[in-house]
Amino acid sequence: MYNQDFFLQAMIYLLAAVITVPLAKKTGLGSVPGYLLAGVIIGPYVLGWVGQESEKVMHFAEFGVVLMLFLIGLEMQPSLLWKTRHSIFGMGGMQVVTTTLVIAGAAWMMGFRPNQAAAMGLILSLSSTAIVLQTLSEKGLLKNSGGRSAISVLLFQDLAVIPILALLPLLAVIGSISDVKRQVPPPQEGFAALPGALQLLLIVTVGMAVIFAGRFVARHIFRFVAGAGMREVFTASVLLLVIGSAYGTAKIGLSPALGTFIAGVVLAENEYRHELEVTIEPIKGLLLGLFFISVGAGINFTLFFREPLLIAGLVLLLILLKFGALWVTARVFGLRHGRHVLFALALAQASEFGFVLVSFSDTLRIFDHETSSLIIMVIIFSMALTPLLLVVNEKLVRPWYVRRRNKEVPDKIPETGNKIIIAGFGRFGLVVGRLLIANGFTVTILDSNPANVEILRKYGFKLFYGDVTRPEMLEAAGVKDARLLVLTMAEDDEALKIAGWLKKNYPDLKIAARARDTFHEFEFYKLGVQMVQRETFNSAVELGSRSLHFLGFNRYQAHRAALTFKHHEDSIMRELYEHWLKDETHFIRESRRFSDQLTETLQTERDFSIHETDCAWDVTSVRKEKAEETGLRPDEDSRSRDHGREDDGHAQNG
Amino acid sequence: MKKILILFAHPALHKSRIHSRLARAAGEVEGVTFCNLYDRYPDFFIHVPYEQKQLRDHDVLIWQHPFYWYSCPALLKEWMDLVLEHNFAYGRKGTNLHGKKALSVISTGGSEAVYTRQGFSHYSVKQFLAPFHQTARLCGMEYLPPFVVHGSHLLREEEIDRYADWYARLLTALRDNTLPTVKWQDAESINSLIP
Repeated sequence: MYNQDFFLQAMIYLLAAVITVPLAKKTGLGSVPGYLLAGVIIGPYVLGWVGQESEKVMHFAEFGVVLMLFLIGLEMQPSLLWKTRHSIFGMGGMQVVTTTLVIAGAAWMMGFRPNQAAAMGLILSLSSTAIVLQTLSEKGLLKNSGGRSAISVLLFQDLAVIPILALLPLLAVIGSISDVKRQVPPPQEGFAALPGALQLLLIVTVGMAVIFAGRFVARHIFRFVAGAGMREVFTASVLLLVIGSAYGTAKIGLSPALGTFIAGVVLAENEYRHELEVTIEPIKGLLLGLFFISVGAGINFTLFFREPLLIAGLVLLLILLKFGALWVTARVFGLRHGRHVLFALALAQASEFGFVLVSFSDTLRIFDHETSSLIIMVIIFSMALTPLLLVVNEKLVRPWYVRRRNKEVPDKIPETGNKIIIAGFGRFGLVVGRLLIANGFTVTILDSNPANVEILRKYGFKLFYGDVTRPEMLEAAGVKDARLLVLTMAEDDEALKIAGWLKKNYPDLKIAARARDTFHEFEFYKLGVQMVQRETFNSAVELGSRSLHFLGFNRYQAHRAALTFKHHEDSIMRELYEHWLKDETHFIRESRRFSDQLTETLQTERDFSIHETDCAWDVTSVRKEKAEETGLRPDEDSRSRDHGREDDGHAQNG
Repeated sequence: MKKILILFAHPALHKSRIHSRLARAAGEVEGVTFCNLYDRYPDFFIHVPYEQKQLRDHDVLIWQHPFYWYSCPALLKEWMDLVLEHNFAYGRKGTNLHGKKALSVISTGGSEAVYTRQGFSHYSVKQFLAPFHQTARLCGMEYLPPFVVHGSHLLREEEIDRYADWYARLLTALRDNTLPTVKWQDAESINSLIP
């Protein structure tokens, strides 16, 4: 049953996004204003292509926020989370309390009743997880300590929604004491009807269940699913996990975003982490986009044009108040060098939770309908201004602090920057990895064989399962901050593709590559990869050297012969590469590959003589000269005719 | 203007206090070719024709290294064994190095007093360097007294800086040929002769 309307709607949303988002990104604002603008354009006040159902779309698209928190959780190892507990509860708590007080105070002074002012303070103290995280991550600011503090505060706010939801009915009751008519709180059912102790028990049980499942069960399921080799089934299982935890936490009255965040944290050390990220990322992106579009479409311009100055003034006031409270919080918790400004600017808007809370307050009759719409307007505009505020931070605030810091503080080592990624951990990558690890380097290893992953993890390797031929996988593994990427995967053509992609997108990244044979090596050179090693050459020379020893060379002589050969090969390869570049078509036919290489190599070798490096250890010429000087004929030395060379008569002895 | 070739041998430069500083100072003097042997030949496979060409192209040869067991680290010895070939560096047709200057630039753990007849090492640094001296002579080169950084274990940072500065001045003087030539055969080290 296809609904033509559905197609049309989907087309409108996608078309709007496809046109406006790239434009917004070009201006440096990031994708969020693009989506919002798209929403405004297709919304009821400009083109009117979408109307009432945009609210339904928004509810559906809120799932994008849930997915985003899952991804944030994945980035956050439990140990890291434990370390940030002070900033979550300390900073988060202080931010919510001070912001609530400041806003409530302002509202009270404007003439709202105390209960209304308090409700406004609580609702507007929250910030928009969706906008903040999306914008910060696009600007690469999540790892900045200001950005990390912002995440902590957003997490606390997610927790704070629950007590706020509990407080609002109370405010309604307090407010109505002066009223004649008393609002009866809606009858509670299900979980909320249970006694408090039982609720707590249930929450703890569900929490334990999530942690247990994530720690011990999930990896087996993922291995089972990944073993089947069906990408879409893997995607399905990840979605199942996310939706399951969202459902579970919603059922016990917590925010679904919080539930998926916890699920993410629990899975942060799982070997399938990067694969999970890659799978969820595009879905999250689309849903978030949809969410922002529906926010844009929800802007009530009729109201805005009736009181444009009032609304603009209120938005400005809100941002100023929130900025002030955030600034103080940041300074109290020791953020400085401009990070406190980033933190305060990033969080200075109201939250999408506000929509829910305002309409809840509306049904509780805390606000009249007019006030509710006004607050919603202010929330939306403050959200839409956030990317602009961050541009202000980027263009004005940060340069100022950077200039100041250069005068005061010596250089700091960047937080990341010693990262090494090994793509492909088979028989070749294993040796490279072991050598690097043995010398104290931390390596992130990616491999696409679940069986390998399982075994190596048992022996303590930091290994992740994933299809290394997919660029997204490398991005999830942090190729952006990597110093070196070792390409040792067995798929030759895929390795070249990846190398080409890396050269294009991360030209500064150093690549070390394994090549199958000479021509494979040349392909890498052509892409600009310099550090290439053929997988068989050195081993073959080693075995050759041992054979020489067996055939009568002494050990050192065999070793020198092998070294000479190796260096000789280097010069041949340089020559051969020039030929190959000029005459590429000649080498194309795969079946003739090896014989072509052989012919080329041997032909070049014929024109190149091996330089005898160790001549000085040969005393023949010295003996001859001595003989001529003294007029005596030296004995014909039988040894100098075979490969054994006379070593014991250097000049100074002579 | 003389061209100077520094053959630098240090197998663990990442742990070096003295030579890393001397090397940096040397690299900043114009007209100096600095060759880090352990970096160029980590597998001890010395490219003899290249090294011989380098020798032909320069006028002053410096062997710079820490004083390992009263001599040089292994790779520099290997370099001497392989590069100074018969009929290149010595022998009837081996006149390529004739008339060039050579000197050693070394650091020692012991103080100057250690390297005396009465001292712990029993011989002077110059006496220990006899093989280098005679090698230079056999190749027809003039061997100058060594530049010595004594007591390297106990040197403070600013003292090392002073030595590095001193070394740079020595190189400049060698390049511009402004060293006093009087009686340097008798000098125990070249340190005191640097302007």
